[in-house]
Amino acid sequence: MLVKAVILVGGPEKGTRFRPLSLDTPKPLFPVGGVPMIQHHIEACCKIPELKEILLVGYFQPNEHWAQFVTTQAKLNNVVIRYLQEFAALGTAGCIYHFRDQILNGSPESIVLMNGDVCADFQLDAMLAFHRQQDRPVLTLMGTEAVHSQSVHFGCIVENKLTHQVKHYVEKPESYVSSLINCGVYILSPEIFNIIATTIKAKTMDDLSEDFSTLSNSSSRRVSRQRSLSGASVSETLSLENDLITRLAVTGGAYVYYTQGWWSQIKTAGAAIYANRHCLKLYHNAHPSWLAQSEKGKAGPQIIGDVFIHESAKIHPSAVIGPNVSILSHVEIGAGTRIRDSIILNDVVIDENCCILNSILGWGSRIGSWSRIEGTPNDPNPDKAFAKLEHMPLFSDSGFLNPSVTILGAKVNVPSELMVLNSIVLPNKDLSHSYKNQIIL
Amino acid sequence: MKALILVGGYGTRLRPLTLSRPKPLVEFCNKPMLYHQILALHEAGVTHIILAVSYRAEMMEKELTDLASKLGVKMTYSLEEEPLGTAGPLALARDYLEGTEPFFVLNSDVICDFPFKDMIAFHTNHGAEGTLVVTTVAEPSKYGVVLYNEIGRIDSFVEKPQEFVSNKINAGLYMLSPSVLKRIPLRPTSIEKDVFPGMADQKQLYAMELKGYWMDIGQPRDYLTGMCLYLTSLHRRQSGELSTGSQFVGSVLVHETAQIGQNCRIGPNVVIGPNVIVEDGVRVQRTTLLGGSKVRAYSMLNDCIIGWNCDIGRWVRMENVCVLGEDVLVKDELYINGGFILPHKEIKVSVLEPQIIM
Repeated sequence: MLVKAVILVGGPEKGTRFRPLSLDTPKPLFPVGGVPMIQHHIEACCKIPELKEILLVGYFQPNEHWAQFVTTQAKLNNVVIRYLQEFAALGTAGCIYHFRDQILNGSPESIVLMNGDVCADFQLDAMLAFHRQQDRPVLTLMGTEAVHSQSVHFGCIVENKLTHQVKHYVEKPESYVSSLINCGVYILSPEIFNIIATTIKAKTMDDLSEDFSTLSNSSSRRVSRQRSLSGASVSETLSLENDLITRLAVTGGAYVYYTQGWWSQIKTAGAAIYANRHCLKLYHNAHPSWLAQSEKGKAGPQIIGDVFIHESAKIHPSAVIGPNVSILSHVEIGAGTRIRDSIILNDVVIDENCCILNSILGWGSRIGSWSRIEGTPNDPNPDKAFAKLEHMPLFSDSGFLNPSVTILGAKVNVPSELMVLNSIVLPNKDLSHSYKNQIIL
Repeated sequence: MKALILVGGYGTRLRPLTLSRPKPLVEFCNKPMLYHQILALHEAGVTHIILAVSYRAEMMEKELTDLASKLGVKMTYSLEEEPLGTAGPLALARDYLEGTEPFFVLNSDVICDFPFKDMIAFHTNHGAEGTLVVTTVAEPSKYGVVLYNEIGRIDSFVEKPQEFVSNKINAGLYMLSPSVLKRIPLRPTSIEKDVFPGMADQKQLYAMELKGYWMDIGQPRDYLTGMCLYLTSLHRRQSGELSTGSQFVGSVLVHETAQIGQNCRIGPNVVIGPNVIVEDGVRVQRTTLLGGSKVRAYSMLNDCIIGWNCDIGRWVRMENVCVLGEDVLVKDELYINGGFILPHKEIKVSVLEPQIIM
């Protein structure tokens, strides 16, 4: 028996809400818990004993950094990892259909399909075992509980409580449907490709009939027909959520695997800090050695709670770090600096006596002594079980920037004694004074 | 020689500091405000000081008695039953002021290089009833402007001029001959509006220009400006009181009992009071730390007045005119922007916009 995994990594048009950080690195490589976001996906897949191959599917132009990441991960996990580049965004079902030959090569028994922008305590073995227990399963999706008011921002699932069969599915409904939501993690049986093919056929027919009914001009009809018959057509832009699961809810074959583990989307940079906290927490079991410790008797920085520090980072012994901090490679941190709930990206230099709270400092940024970089956390409501991150709009109704985490883009220079509060600074800026609640272009 | 200091009321403009101490006893550059005036008057030969107060401040009497006896100055407290304005208190204290010698009158909020000896000479020289000290300000439209001729004789006063007439304003320091007392009735009267214009009309009032700095330090923002001016003046006079060392920048006054940690950067324009503790890695500028307060490591204060026995946590940032009353506790890692915090408060969350914390 053979299992393959497909991780959807998106492309440069995606992750815009992750700017300015996605301007300098593809979002899937943004570190959460000190390692690229999708490394967590790869690790989770590699825990499946029958896993033979991981296919990363997206439409990034692969650069050196990306290629290196793929090679390193393949070696590290002793698994084949390949990047399949879409020439256009084909949709979640469209893209796997497009690469069906590569996916089906070797006749996998099951295929794990994961969205690259979710972060979770993925229990794929258990999910796979669940999938195999079902009666002629086509697709199993991971579901989790959301609070009533927030559920409408996700794909909502109605299940048969006994059989866990999906009875009804709506992506981002306008009104409440169910508080059981789609986590964007699936197990597919190869049978799915036949269903996608049928769906495409049906959709093409729909499109064509629509064309005939709406267009009387024969030349535009011809263009439309050509378009739909030429490889990546409009109809091949097919969404697993909208086009397939809804169909399977009627015909049967879709099941929901309920997880009680932690799960979150990472759409915004603010979500990265929240996800970082949970990733670090998962390291207590998965990678205890990745968590930094205050060394007794040794002069080292004081570590509070869960902290990841790359081995190449230099941190003054009088600094106080944590909880929820990731410090990446070649970072330098001076005496008396305090960092909490923040991600410090590679090559950042922080001078003495600084205070960094709820912020992400971009690659190669420099912070002068006594400067304060502070943001406002937008963590889920702590008083509600299953509450998810609220993805607030950038601006409030009154036109003001909503307080959020502070983000410095790459190579931002903050001189001594300044304050950057609830602001977003685009790359390569030299700040000359303090900023509050602003976007600095 | 005698002097009357118009101390007045509760000093509400300098709250929350004046909730714990009467305003004349709030330290300015490590001395109670009134000490600056008493010491300068003593140096000019004044032996009897009358304090015109509108409420009974026993604390004030107690604290001033020691200084007075040390200097050999007689202190009298003239208590107003009802507010008498700026001239009424002279009528109330008439018994003390009458005689042949001219006397000084001053507002208690004023800080400058007091020119009392020059005033005596100037007053004797012109021979008229009154001398009024004027100072130059950048924005005279907020004040009462004084118009006088080339020999200093005052012609008139213009209250809050809308067009530029002069940038010389009343500095709140006067020398008056006892005959002026006849002009003042025992009822609420303003010396600036009711008494001086009449004296000017009769060519009995002369203006003496003040050299150097001047500030009315009755409210926090001006208190801090006054502190900068005072420290600059100390620096110019090459006073040995100012601190020197690698961690000090510009003019800094540190009380001998204060402790300062390693790797700090203090100044310019900082006053550190008695028994203050400043821990390692602290940055302070344009700030007064009153007695017994503590600033924990790695914090940064700019434009603050920190009241007595306050405790500022680590990695705290305070700026934009913060005034902390007595015994305020600020927890670690907070940001306080322009907070006026009443005494005995414990601050646990950041104050992002200027506001009063009751």
